[in-house]
Formats: sequence, C-alpha cells, structure tokens
Amino acid sequence: MYPGYDMPPPDARETREQRLEIEEFHADYCWTLDCGDVERWPEYFTDDAVYRITARENADAGLPVGLVYADSKAMIRDRAFAIKHTQMYAPRTLQHLVTNVRVLQVEDDAIKAQSNYLLLQTLVDGPTTIQQSGRYYDTFLRSGGKLLLKERQCVYDTVLIANDLVLPV
Amino acid sequence: MFSVNTVIHQPGSFAKEQPDESFDYQWPEGGLQYIPDWIYTSPAIYQREIKRIFHGPVWNFVALEAEIPNAGDYKRSYVGPTPVVVARDTDGSVHVFENRCAHRGAEFCRSQRGNAKEFVCPYHQWSYDLKGNLQGVPFKRGLKGEGGGMPKDFKNEEHGLLKLNVTTLHGVVFASFARQLEPIEQYLGPEILKDFEVVFKGRKLKVLGYYRNELPGNWKLYHENLKDPYHATLLHSFLVTFGLMVAGSKNGMIADATGRHGTLASAKPDNVAAAVGAVKSEMRSYREDFKLADGRFLEYVREFDSPWSVTMQTIWPNLIVQRELNTLGIRHIVPNGPHSQIMLWTMFGYETDDEEMTRHRLRQGNLMGPSGFLGLEDNEAIKFVQEGLRRSPSQKGVVKLGGTTTGSTSSVIDEAAIRGMYAYYRSQMGL
Repeated sequence: MYPGYDMPPPDARETREQRLEIEEFHADYCWTLDCGDVERWPEYFTDDAVYRITARENADAGLPVGLVYADSKAMIRDRAFAIKHTQMYAPRTLQHLVTNVRVLQVEDDAIKAQSNYLLLQTLVDGPTTIQQSGRYYDTFLRSGGKLLLKERQCVYDTVLIANDLVLPV
Repeated sequence: MFSVNTVIHQPGSFAKEQPDESFDYQWPEGGLQYIPDWIYTSPAIYQREIKRIFHGPVWNFVALEAEIPNAGDYKRSYVGPTPVVVARDTDGSVHVFENRCAHRGAEFCRSQRGNAKEFVCPYHQWSYDLKGNLQGVPFKRGLKGEGGGMPKDFKNEEHGLLKLNVTTLHGVVFASFARQLEPIEQYLGPEILKDFEVVFKGRKLKVLGYYRNELPGNWKLYHENLKDPYHATLLHSFLVTFGLMVAGSKNGMIADATGRHGTLASAKPDNVAAAVGAVKSEMRSYREDFKLADGRFLEYVREFDSPWSVTMQTIWPNLIVQRELNTLGIRHIVPNGPHSQIMLWTMFGYETDDEEMTRHRLRQGNLMGPSGFLGLEDNEAIKFVQEGLRRSPSQKGVVKLGGTTTGSTSSVIDEAAIRGMYAYYRSQMGL
C-alpha cells in the first residue's frame, strides 16, 4: 500500500484496455533501459514528473527520502546524462521484469496503477543477481495519444542494497 | 548473496585471505608510506580489530536521539558487528544492551525500530525492561507439586541483558563495551568537535529516511576514502565539474591529535569557473559539456556559521557525519568480515525546515547514498580496491603523497591523514 494508491480498484474486467496499454508502456520502458539507452529514459515522463526510488521501510513510515529523488523531468535528464557520460562504475547489464499490473483508478486522462518489478543485474565476473524486488506505484497521463508518467514511486523490498544501484529502475 | 561474492574467486580462495597461524604480521619497511594488504584481507586481523577496536576503548555510534524521541522508542543497532538495542526509558534516559537474551542467546528484538513497554524474548518469554533488566522468568518457581524451576539463589538482577556504557552529545548516541572511557567531547577532540557542533549543537533533527547497503570492501577503506582528499578532486565528476571541491580552492583535511578522526572540509569557490579552469587539465573527470538541466539541485543555502560548504567527518571507528552543501546525514559502519561492510545511512534535516527546504535537501540527496552521484562512485572504487588487494599476489599499497607527515593538511594532494590514522591503528592493534 502507498498513500494515494490505496483506493479500492475498479472491476478488472472494466479496465482491461488500460491494463494492456500499461503493459505495453512497461515493455517499452524496460526495453529502453535494458538496451542501455538511458538517455531516452526521460522521454517516458511529463515535464513536472516525480520519480523516486525508496525502501519499503521509508514508504511505510511516510519518510520522504529517495535513493533517487527527482521532481522534474529536467532532474531525470541530468541523471540520465550523468549515468551515460560522467559516472564511474563497473560495466553491467540489467533486465527489468514487470508483472501483476493492477489498474487502480481511471479518471479522464489519468490512470493510477501498481505493478511488481524484479531488477536482475549481471556484472562482468559475477552471477546474475536480484538487484531489487519491488513495486511501482504509477500515475500515467495521456498526452498526444500515449501514456507518460506523471509519478513513479519505486518501492523496493530488497532493503540491503548490494553495493550500489547505478541504473534506473 | 552479498555483492562481495563473485563466481570467480570466492572470498577465501587466496592464501593472503587465510594466513596460517605462523604468519608474521610485520608492517612493511618504509613506515607509514606503505600499507600491507593483510590488514584488509586477514581474518585474524579482523578478529583482533573487533576485540581491540570496536569492543575496546572507543565510543561507537549507535543512534540519533531523533530516531527514538519518545519513552519506549527503540531501534536495532550495532556496535562493531555486535547487534544491540537502543531504547529510551520512561524517565527519558537512553540505554544500549546486547540484542541477545541472557537465557539462551536468542536475538530477541526483530524489528528495525518501534515502541515497546518491555522486551520479551519469543523463545521462553523472559522479559526485560527498557533498561535491559530481567523482569520476569515464566515458571521461575517451577510447577506446584512437580518441582523444577530456577534454583532458590537465582537472582533476576544477576541475569539481565549485557548493558553497554552510553553517552550522548547534541542528540547523537554513542555506546561502548569499555567501562572506563574519556568523555565524548574529549574523545572527539576540539578539532573534530567544532564541525560536529555545526551540524548538531542546538538543533532538533528531522529524520528524512534511511538507506542500507552492503559494500564489498574492508571497513577501513571507507575511513581512508574520507581521509583522502586527493581522490575527491579526481574521481568525482560532480565535484570537479560543478566546483564543489576543487584542488587549489580553500580546502582542508583536519585530523584530531590522535589521528583517528578526520574532517574533510571544503569551501565552494566564489568563482567556480576560475577555480576549475586553473586545474582542469589535471582532472580527466572534468566535463566542459555537462550543464545541469535543473540547477536547483546544486544550489547552496548558507545555513551554517562555518567557512566550509562541505564537511565530511570520520569519527572513529564507525561513524561518518555528512554535510555536503545542504544534504545532511550520518553513515553507520558495521564491519562484516575482512571483505565487507554494511553501511547504514540516516538522512536528516532540521525541525525548523519548511517544506521547500526539505525538498531542497531531498533533491540534493541525489549526491549521496548508494545511488548518489558521489556515493556510488566511492562504493565502486572501494569494491575495486578490495578485489585488487584480495586477488593479486602483490603485498602492499603506497601512501607517499606529501612525504612522511601525519595529520592535518591544507593541500588536498596529500595522504598525511591516512598515515596518521594508521599510526594510531598500529598503536591500538600492536602492529
């Protein structure tokens, strides 16, 4: 549960179309990140988007801190540039797996939904590991026929992060 | 599985990770200009560190009072690798005791934090008050007619939890296994106390949240990292490009008289372009083309009466106090074997912050933590160092910048604070 996403959801049979749309969104979003095309990542957000990655212990206690905390698309863009061009880290590949999409609310052009995610990471001489197991709480806005994220709260269970989290969730 | 584990060469697969009992721990010739690899890789040295340092005559950080403001509030914490509970009693006093039932040893406190009237071990329901005193033992007198129970001379007061020595300073709680220890102000020393007070004295903290990560490197590497201003001006593109810490600007590496604590301090130059321009040819991580799309992130609100815009304090043996512009936090180091450490971060602001200041701190928090623009680079670098130390047949590292001096320096191109820390370390470890 996350504040603002704790409403009783509508009958899932009435929101199948939106669920399908969101699943397509996730597939594109993950494909972009898993290909390493991180500079395209900001294009999935509205200009005033909020993006945060935080541990469940913070979310449950209402604590606002984020491992990554952005309250504008410009901040998301700065992070994308830094990851691509300036940050020092060992090479790695990621796979995002997103499932259990639940549509929580449909209001005009806004959709609220939650989904579970698994983030698998592979380093050059390590095994593939579960970097994070978590949940997205998303607010989508329809803009020019496609969905954009106005808010993405990534709440992870994997409380003890293996060294660091470099690439976006 | 921790990130220290690799498919190739699991920890323990090299001789230098398992020196036999006859291994001669001789510090290399050349005094403090060399550091032997075995202080980072030997399990015997690690055990000696736990005994002589973390369980020895030191004040270990355990909590911020802001985490346990009310009577009955508690948190799980650590002294070195040892699990403890920090609890506030109904009289307001703070107590630290082992998280280990005095009966059979169960780690009874399982929640990270909470509020309780008493602690009850789930195994046989022995109960303890908020000071760690044994309150109740079920069936203490046995069963009527069937006997059993504790011997007649069993005294509750002799079977309480192991209590640690506790002190607090400006809302920061420290604990020690040592019974006799100098007062915390004296332990820190005037050089360190000064910048510690800038962050904590007379201020009520507001906890903004927590990060936790496992860092696959020896715990001393984190102290070294923050006693090593040289790396800061080279590794971190954010510091270099945006002039947050530039070689040649006003910087300082401040050590206490013993050499164990340190403050890495820097004043953001008024003219960033000029300061960076003078030295950028030496810095590969400088990026002329990197302009922030959202400049709010690096704004500096001058909220402290201090010449420094950055102070990173290493407080021996397990605390880092971070003041990087307006992002504030502490890091609690929990050693986890020679090759690993757990890092517990508590990020905070002040109760007087308005909503915009809190958001500013949260935005600036992107610099630090396990995904921080600075933080993740340090974690990566420390991992690389541990792997190099562990897996190569070479035996020592070099710390020659600045010659043979130890302690404080005004130049950032110096390793005197690292040498000073190891002079102190050797005296404690008998090396």
